[in-house]
Amino acid sequence: MVSGLINENPIIYPKKERRLRTDTSITDELTPEPIDQLEIFDHIRDIKDPEHPNTLEDLRVVTEDSVEVDDENSYVRVTFTPTVEHCSMATVIGLCVRVKLLRSLPSRYKIDIRVAPGSHATEDALNKQLNDKERVAAALENPNLVEMVDECLPSEE
Amino acid sequence: MKVMDKNLGLEEVQKLEGHTDRVWNVAWNPAADGVIASCSADKTVRIWEQSSLTRSWTCKLGHRLGSFDGNTCVWENFATDSESVSVLRGHESEVKSVSWNASGSLLATCGRDKSVWIWEIQPEEDDEFDTIAVLTGHSEDVKMVLWHPTMDVLFSCSYDNTIKIWCSEDEDGDYNCVQTLSELNNGHSSTVWSISFNAAGDKMVTCSDDLAVKIWKTDISRMQSGEGYVPWTHVCTLSGFHDRTIYSVHWSRDGVIASGAGDDTIQLFVDSDSDSVDGPSYKLLVKKEKAHEMDVNSVQWAPDKESRLLASASDDKMVKIWKLASEP
Repeated sequence: MVSGLINENPIIYPKKERRLRTDTSITDELTPEPIDQLEIFDHIRDIKDPEHPNTLEDLRVVTEDSVEVDDENSYVRVTFTPTVEHCSMATVIGLCVRVKLLRSLPSRYKIDIRVAPGSHATEDALNKQLNDKERVAAALENPNLVEMVDECLPSEE
Repeated sequence: MKVMDKNLGLEEVQKLEGHTDRVWNVAWNPAADGVIASCSADKTVRIWEQSSLTRSWTCKLGHRLGSFDGNTCVWENFATDSESVSVLRGHESEVKSVSWNASGSLLATCGRDKSVWIWEIQPEEDDEFDTIAVLTGHSEDVKMVLWHPTMDVLFSCSYDNTIKIWCSEDEDGDYNCVQTLSELNNGHSSTVWSISFNAAGDKMVTCSDDLAVKIWKTDISRMQSGEGYVPWTHVCTLSGFHDRTIYSVHWSRDGVIASGAGDDTIQLFVDSDSDSVDGPSYKLLVKKEKAHEMDVNSVQWAPDKESRLLASASDDKMVKIWKLASEP
């Protein structure tokens, strides 16, 4: 089972302590809080890497800083770094991040997913594919891909 | 009828609710007034009719369809009960777009399998469809096919960033790619999603993931005189208007170009009056912000000349009907 993995020896990083939120300022319960970088990172940090029993956070595929958010304009961009340059799992990872965000964020959000510049051999082709909604829809009708995505996404609490 | 009146706006006439998933496309019935069809990721096609009394729209019919199953179905008796008459099999993955030629004798289809198919209806064989061409020039998914409004010339646009033009020049009736509009000839730099012609058929508008709308033209009288194929050339590029992928453009009978995009807006453009030395140019007529709550996937003008009705379809599961009118 171990042989044949794209990256047999991924680097696993020490887990950062999770910051607890302390709401000192907002007392009005009706005003929705703006969605920030940490909230979005919380949605994606525990997605499992398709090949290893580690999360995207463990492998530094995504970090808090890889999330750019503009809540006022309902925009988010996640830049992920695959563990190796020729990682063919990059499409699956990108798809997992998109699916998780589609399920977790309000429908007004525009979501862009891309690989970190210089981190992948076919960067442009990969980015184009990850952001074409018909390609994404077709991928999600492919039972094999859907199964992989379901296994990577953390189960609903 | 001058379109340059001041204070024109897009007024929402009605929201058609019913689909339970994103709506990909809308089409107006060219023969029956006030009838629209919409198709959705909820795997249904809905037919909506406008009541002549109340002028409001209701859903008349809903059909279940196969999902991205690669088949094209031809339906008869559109306005009353519809029956699937033929199923056209051939594409290897989902069919993205279908187009009838002007005379209704040819049907073109295209898909993610990168190919464009042309089917000919055989009236002597109980309206069976024969494949007359499988065109494989595009290197990626073909997003849309469209026949020219007056000539049997076929246009296709693709994820490979190009627009290809196909026609049959020789006696064999074989279709070939006679022109490719790419970045090299002022074409788009990313996926081209949609094509539309003006009423005269001498101009074409295209839109893309590169956030631009481009206008093209040809010398239609030379082409119609049988001189052979006359190439299309770039006229102008409209950019800086949309800030997300532009999914759909449609040119109305009275010269207004509508565009719908991932920025949730619908924008209208017209030929600007000024006869500048540099040639024709286009300007923004109306920008409708938040036309929908999510991406606008399709915009289509009603086929008649007076109503100035526009239908739009969105990821927000709605179909909306708009009217271009002077604002109070």
